[in-house]
Amino acid sequence: MTDLLNKHSFVELGARQRARALLDSGTFRELIDPFQRVMSPWLSRQGVVPQADDGVVIAKGSIAGLPVVIAAIEGNFQGGSLGEVGGAKIAGALELAAEDNRKGIETRAVLLLETGGVRLQEANLGLAAIADIHAAIVDLRQYQPVIGVVAGSVGCFGGMSIAAGLCSYLVVTREARLGLNGPQVIEQEAGLEEYDSRDRPFIWSLTGGEQRFNSGLADRYVADDVAQIQQTVTALLQQGVPAQPRSRQAEYYLARLNALDATPQIEPATVRALYQGERS
Amino acid sequence: METLSFEFPAGQPPKGRALVGCVGSGDLEVLLEPGTPGTLNIQVQTSVNGAQLRWQHLFERIFQEHTPPALNIDIHDFGATPGVVRLRLEQGFEEIGHD
Repeated sequence: MTDLLNKHSFVELGARQRARALLDSGTFRELIDPFQRVMSPWLSRQGVVPQADDGVVIAKGSIAGLPVVIAAIEGNFQGGSLGEVGGAKIAGALELAAEDNRKGIETRAVLLLETGGVRLQEANLGLAAIADIHAAIVDLRQYQPVIGVVAGSVGCFGGMSIAAGLCSYLVVTREARLGLNGPQVIEQEAGLEEYDSRDRPFIWSLTGGEQRFNSGLADRYVADDVAQIQQTVTALLQQGVPAQPRSRQAEYYLARLNALDATPQIEPATVRALYQGERS
Repeated sequence: METLSFEFPAGQPPKGRALVGCVGSGDLEVLLEPGTPGTLNIQVQTSVNGAQLRWQHLFERIFQEHTPPALNIDIHDFGATPGVVRLRLEQGFEEIGHD
């Protein structure tokens, strides 16, 4: 009980509060803040109410004294979907961080991913922005760690799940979900018999944070606690870039997939055993 | 979706500005910025059509109790109930007083 009272939920925080909670006290400085009203030009004309920051908060500051840029997605606005503006804000922040590094300023990046992926109302513009984000992560991660955090409750899907996969390190909670397609999309394609999107324990057993961590697709598994997430992100930032990013280990994963017997129904445990390999 | 405009008599502009809420289901985002002395301007962009009178009555009720500071307020509403709107406005008024 006291444990419950001492914990501060990270999941319940909005995007701006999350960025603030991770940065050293007093260092939060927002770029393209909501009062500049750089909003989606596409939503209003489709009858959808826009948000002043387009659901993306970009903040500069420091974590344990290290220069950091944070991109936090607001999952409560349009499911954290990325359109032209929000996507460009993230891509631009990452590109500037890489520029910083080329000029000798060691800016790192933290992405707080709470997103269903591309915003359907903005179609190709959102997709192009997500591709820019992918390229920018790959560029920056050669200099400094890019840390992805999927806390929940939206999770991280679509093109942004690829962005999560490109990060130097990925941090997840039990509430997190990570997958290329969201449950409802899979149900629609594969049928209710195969994949019931309303069966929450089933969904989390396949795409939840615990499963993703135990399958080696995430690097840290943390409680929904501000202090623990802050400490974990700090430690990863201090650790520097990994010897080899996960996305450079395609041969390893392909060999594993080729070894899979797809005849019996694949269970969560099958995935863990398949991907874990020599990982302790 | 509808865009509505309102104007009310007000006092002096505050120094600070504030942002509260989120354009999430049943919620709204309110941006409050210093305006011209004596005037409170409110722009509402709402997902609910035909509610002009309801907004008018709600604002009148809130502002007849206290003269509001001179502000330009932008509201992005995603189906918030009058109770939620009132709470968010009061939260915003409190936050502009802080900075």
